[in-house]
Amino acid sequence: MEQAADPRALQKRQETTWSVGVGFALLVAFFAVAPSFLYPVFLMQALCFALFACAFNLLIGYVGLLSFGHALFFGWASYLCAHAAKHWGLPPEAAVLFGTASAAVLGLVAGFLAIRRQGIYFAMITLALAQMMYFVALRAPFTGGEDGIQDVPRGRLFGLFDLSHEMTMYVFVLVTVLAGFLFIYRVINSPFGEVLKAIRENEPRAVSLGYKTERYKLVAFVLSATLAGLAGALKALVFQLASLTDVYWTMSGEVVLMTLVGGLGTVFGPVVGAFLIVALETYLAQLGEWVLVIQGAIFVLCVLVFRRGIVGELANILHVKL
Amino acid sequence: MFEIFGIPSQALFGQLLIGLINGSFYALLSLGLAVIFGMLNIINFTHGAQYMMGAFAAYLLLQYLGLNYWVALIVVPILIGASGIVVERLFLQYVRKLDQVYGLILTFGLALMIEGFFRNYFGSSGEPYQVPDLLQGGQNLGFMFLPNYRAWVIAFSLIVCFATWFAIEQTRFGSYLRAATENPTLVRAFGINVPRMVTLTYGFGVALAALAGVMAAPIYNVSPQMGSDVIIVVFAVVVIGGMGSILGAIVTGFVLGIVEGLTKVFYPEASDTVIFVIMVIVLLVRPAGLFGRSA
Repeated sequence: MEQAADPRALQKRQETTWSVGVGFALLVAFFAVAPSFLYPVFLMQALCFALFACAFNLLIGYVGLLSFGHALFFGWASYLCAHAAKHWGLPPEAAVLFGTASAAVLGLVAGFLAIRRQGIYFAMITLALAQMMYFVALRAPFTGGEDGIQDVPRGRLFGLFDLSHEMTMYVFVLVTVLAGFLFIYRVINSPFGEVLKAIRENEPRAVSLGYKTERYKLVAFVLSATLAGLAGALKALVFQLASLTDVYWTMSGEVVLMTLVGGLGTVFGPVVGAFLIVALETYLAQLGEWVLVIQGAIFVLCVLVFRRGIVGELANILHVKL
Repeated sequence: MFEIFGIPSQALFGQLLIGLINGSFYALLSLGLAVIFGMLNIINFTHGAQYMMGAFAAYLLLQYLGLNYWVALIVVPILIGASGIVVERLFLQYVRKLDQVYGLILTFGLALMIEGFFRNYFGSSGEPYQVPDLLQGGQNLGFMFLPNYRAWVIAFSLIVCFATWFAIEQTRFGSYLRAATENPTLVRAFGINVPRMVTLTYGFGVALAALAGVMAAPIYNVSPQMGSDVIIVVFAVVVIGGMGSILGAIVTGFVLGIVEGLTKVFYPEASDTVIFVIMVIVLLVRPAGLFGRSA
């Protein structure tokens, strides 16, 4: 793409890089010092969900596709990683890769089906497919039904690092999630990403310019599913557990909530949203079913008065891209 | 007693009946979704929660006010429909013009709130609701036993479905509705109060869900999660049928219920997933849906 030829575009691009760079430095700094005052398991959970939400945001924020079934990839990758680590005795890196790759395959199939319909049907199809795979997980013998797969061994990373140490695990999760985050940032700022945004803004026009939009949508869907799978696989190792909660529709709803609160189509929004929602659920857990009511209320508030999300509002006030 | 494909007729017809019952609810609910979508351009995720509220309202009326099933059948749709009108005025009117995604997310949030609220007060175990006295017992048809209440549900939901179809396709008010779906600005120019019509349509769609809830109360347990269980299946039904046609929504609902019932007889392991599998096949073969206009 030759948008660099336009000086204004170039300037805008540099500004973008500047604010995102500062944001990223702050993010890394926060997660480097955070273990000294927050529980590592809580942080790792937040990081896994942050990656999950970023992957989801790749679709809703940059292609304009609302997937209401992302728990399918998150949950199934979590099951398959746990199974590979526990019953096949794979080392953690191989188990995570296996879970992630399975999510990519599932994403290819689900994406192929879902993009056959336009608009809001896409959301309903992804939700229905995820529910189907929930029932499969409920019935399949290897998933352990209501118990899930428990006591998943974390193992030794590359045969060197013992992940049963909380801090070693934390570093592994942090590095992986940051790599995923940077990968997504690279994708949305590539020529490919520009085409995705063009599809979001005006699909018929993108078609008329000769882009095979279906293929772009499918590739974006597979990328999103793969990264959601990576997040799920990591979560299975962090909690040493894969369970039905991770494939249920409530999980698909949660990732929508995280991204919406943080800001749809912002770079850092999903991370901030994931962190806040995980914190909310951790500290309000004793309220029982009221958490559901609170989550619902946040959804309603966000849609009615706060559609840009926290990071989106911040970026708007500061006139920068975040 | 005889057998068909090695299955005792009793079991076969029994499951077929359950399939028809489920199909009645799928038809009523997808009909409401289609009517609301046509007018408001919103996929009403709250539909399942409103169905659940209908069942709970019937239960509460009986428990605390001693009002029986027949009263509930009339009062509950009016009450819950009115609550739907409030929801439309308070929330939905502000998101109709936005991307459809926001309507779905907003109604999803409302559904969570309602379900969480009911779980707080009633737990998740569920409450039984008595079959009304008039419809106790059943008929022995020779090849199967037909409980009166189930026969009533099937007959009554067919009547409601076709009355709705008639009202929309064959009456003057229905023609305004269809016209306003196509071109609201022009219909407004003719002096018809379209925003009010939108509000009433939503109220009507919600009332249909509540009616289905009252009818479901004696069959299933009245529980807070009964709505979220059914709404996702109804979404698949809507994807299969397409929302372009009222009659299509009704037929698809009943047929899929029957297919689901038959699956329970021949291959019970797949009974939870069969509707989703059919959705996948339909997407492969006829992406626009069975009755859908290309959308």
